[in-house]
Amino acid sequence: MTMTKGGAGGRRGPDGGAASAGEPGSAPAAPAAPAHEAPPRGAERRNHVPGAGTAHAAAVERAQREMLRDGSSAAAAAAGRVAGKRQRIGADVVCESLIRQGVHTFFSYPGGVILPLYDVLGDYPELRHILVRHEQGGAHAADGYARVTGQVGVCVGTSGPGATNLVTGIGTAQLDSVPMVAITGNVPGALLGKDAFQEIDINGITLPMTKHNYLVRDANDLPRVLAEAFHIARTGRPGPVHVDITKDALQQETSAPHPSHEEIVAGLPGFRPNLDGHYRQLKLAAQEIAQARRPVIMAGHGVLHAGAEQELVALAEKAQIPVAWTLLGIGAMDETHPLAYGYMGMHGWKHTNRAIQSADLLIAFGMRFDDRVTGNVKTYAPYARIIHVDIDPAEIGKNVAVEVPIVGDAKRVMKALLPMVPAVDTQERRDYLAQLAAWRAESEASSWHGSGAWRDGLLSADYVVTRIGELTNHEATYVADVGQNQMWLARYAGFRHPNTHVSSGGLGTMGFSLPAAMGAALGRPDRETWAIAGDGGFQMTSQELMTLVQDNIPVKVAIFDNKKLGMIRQWQEIVYAGNYHSAHLLGPDYLKLADAYGVPAIKATTPDEVDEAIRFAQSVDGPALIWFEITGEQNVFPMMPAGKGLSDLIETWGGPEE
Amino acid sequence: MSNPTNGHLPGSPAAPSHSAPPDRYVPGTGEVRRHRLIALVLDRPGVLNRVASLMRARSFNIDSLAVSHTDQPDISRMTITLRGDDVAVEQAAKQLYRLIDVLKVQDVTAETTIENELALVKIRATDTTRPEILKVVELSRGRVVDLTPESIVIEVTGTEAEIDGFVAMVRTYGIKELVRTGAVVMSRGSGSIEEALKR
Repeated sequence: MTMTKGGAGGRRGPDGGAASAGEPGSAPAAPAAPAHEAPPRGAERRNHVPGAGTAHAAAVERAQREMLRDGSSAAAAAAGRVAGKRQRIGADVVCESLIRQGVHTFFSYPGGVILPLYDVLGDYPELRHILVRHEQGGAHAADGYARVTGQVGVCVGTSGPGATNLVTGIGTAQLDSVPMVAITGNVPGALLGKDAFQEIDINGITLPMTKHNYLVRDANDLPRVLAEAFHIARTGRPGPVHVDITKDALQQETSAPHPSHEEIVAGLPGFRPNLDGHYRQLKLAAQEIAQARRPVIMAGHGVLHAGAEQELVALAEKAQIPVAWTLLGIGAMDETHPLAYGYMGMHGWKHTNRAIQSADLLIAFGMRFDDRVTGNVKTYAPYARIIHVDIDPAEIGKNVAVEVPIVGDAKRVMKALLPMVPAVDTQERRDYLAQLAAWRAESEASSWHGSGAWRDGLLSADYVVTRIGELTNHEATYVADVGQNQMWLARYAGFRHPNTHVSSGGLGTMGFSLPAAMGAALGRPDRETWAIAGDGGFQMTSQELMTLVQDNIPVKVAIFDNKKLGMIRQWQEIVYAGNYHSAHLLGPDYLKLADAYGVPAIKATTPDEVDEAIRFAQSVDGPALIWFEITGEQNVFPMMPAGKGLSDLIETWGGPEE
Repeated sequence: MSNPTNGHLPGSPAAPSHSAPPDRYVPGTGEVRRHRLIALVLDRPGVLNRVASLMRARSFNIDSLAVSHTDQPDISRMTITLRGDDVAVEQAAKQLYRLIDVLKVQDVTAETTIENELALVKIRATDTTRPEILKVVELSRGRVVDLTPESIVIEVTGTEAEIDGFVAMVRTYGIKELVRTGAVVMSRGSGSIEEALKR
């Protein structure tokens, strides 16, 4: 192995003199190391970078130096910016891309290798940067923003822990098909794979949980990659795309142009989602619908993604078919519509599940027959033939076998199907619809108010959720956390409009509500935004209260405090014979906590305090918090035990009421 | 795709309370057999990792996976053999299509194909066993590629079953080392998956 002399800039001279000799702008007469450490004159400095003398070793050395101290290049860039003649670098491409893609707000947290981006952010006043308190909050906020706007949400984090903190949020977006671009910095390219400070193989981590991901090491690739990332995230079945960019790529000068839409599409030959249903399949579907006596339409998240709410109503009305929806399909139809038949699945309405179990035809749009929807597949909808419309071919036939598969966008398929289905008179469906109405009346009377705690003057969660829905005229955005609060919200708030219900359905991420509400409030500032959280989930991401205050984001936070992990307790009561291990949860004094953050707060412990508390929160111009101290042992009923079928719902359990 | 077991006729009135219906078919629980998939993918960094990771995450059991270049620059070809029922393998193919870098996936299990894999087998050989081994090699259309006083390395090509048979034959002499490439498959006739891609 040989050593080079006077090779790459910054290398010491052969006399072993002062360091950083080759760096412009550094103090020329910097004192050398203390005398006792100085090498003997004439001795050659040992080079410890493997492969010394090669261009690669020089790059590694340069990168290592930069990791330790942002050297002259950043200083020069700063000086150039002051003078207004800065060169365009990779970080500028990131900002330009966000602006080109219509992103006005993004959520981020700085760190070592992403700093080049922060260094140029000030030059782009059209970009609003929200400094979150934890990268997970940033990812959920981007998610909430995307769900209420239909736009791509963007979150940014640094390498290593910044990137891994984003992971839960990316996974949440993946399981719920939410369009998101997550950008992370990574260590300089030459240090990749060397376990450098804050280096982790984040590309390997996000690979199985994103729609696609990229590692960019050359700034000239950035315009193309970012354009592709946004295109992939929002096209076809939406989903998260992760773009990992090395620090040196962020700093590298580039004049690469942004690609046109045609160039983007041409560069992705393996990505051509099919949007229009096959005509032959549509004809088959129309025949099935014409022959069905007990059909049920099932609406999932895909209906909302496609913006097919009007087509859904038109189809349901023309063929007189009741509509059920999944957790993420809530809002696809106004719940007061006569054909709206409710929320299905594990904690769905009994009448809805009953209709599915007795149906002879299920017409599913943009849903995936998740286990929370079907229960045991063997006994699921035993009399039904199934028409399954989904934009992702892999969803069709994955969980249940179907008679008529249709690959396409929900809106386009409904539009095409509408003229093909025969108009049905209400009279023709009279018996069927009358039976459904009777079932609905029965189930609403029996399972309403779960444990019946409200009868004793106790504060029950379903009552609170009902009042929040009513006092906001069902016009707000309601963001659920995970667990009992999520099910109460889904069942009792009453939804009238698309994309007003935000919930982590697939991944079931506790701690989702507050940060997602943050993004939702910024995405739809014209609507009030409510975060509905249990005391468990709230304590997972409560630090974002500070973000609400710093950026004055008017989220109303409702904590449903039963001093328990309620859904855990419910399962332990019913499935684990009352073995309540770790179900009881201490929490802080939420009024003091809110006060410490500077968030106006109020507490309600009885039903008659509920309205006043809600109105107080609404009257605050900015974020507010309500501490609902709810009764401790309320269950969500009905409940389908895991592994059982939709016909095996538990409707009550023990207690003095029964 | 049709539903093999849910034979309920359209339009017949549902009778929820009477005659218990048969269990609904659960995808992936049918008869397991060996399938052969051909995938054309963009030759981009990490594409093998994406395919392998997907198969692992979705619990598809890969028997073998062979990757190579094609006649077209930037396009690689993978031959994947895996076991599962028809629906599960169809699901695997559809999941592969979700990968942005995957261009085309074809299940050629039912087609007439040429299927070959190559094996190198290092066999213990003495003066007494060597002639017997060479006889087996000759019958199996194998080729001697290395020879020492104690061992002999044989290159043999054929279908998975043919190589299994050869290995079984020489096992008695003592196998010191064995490596197989995994199957590569091409359909017979003039049809071409690569040409189908260009269209």
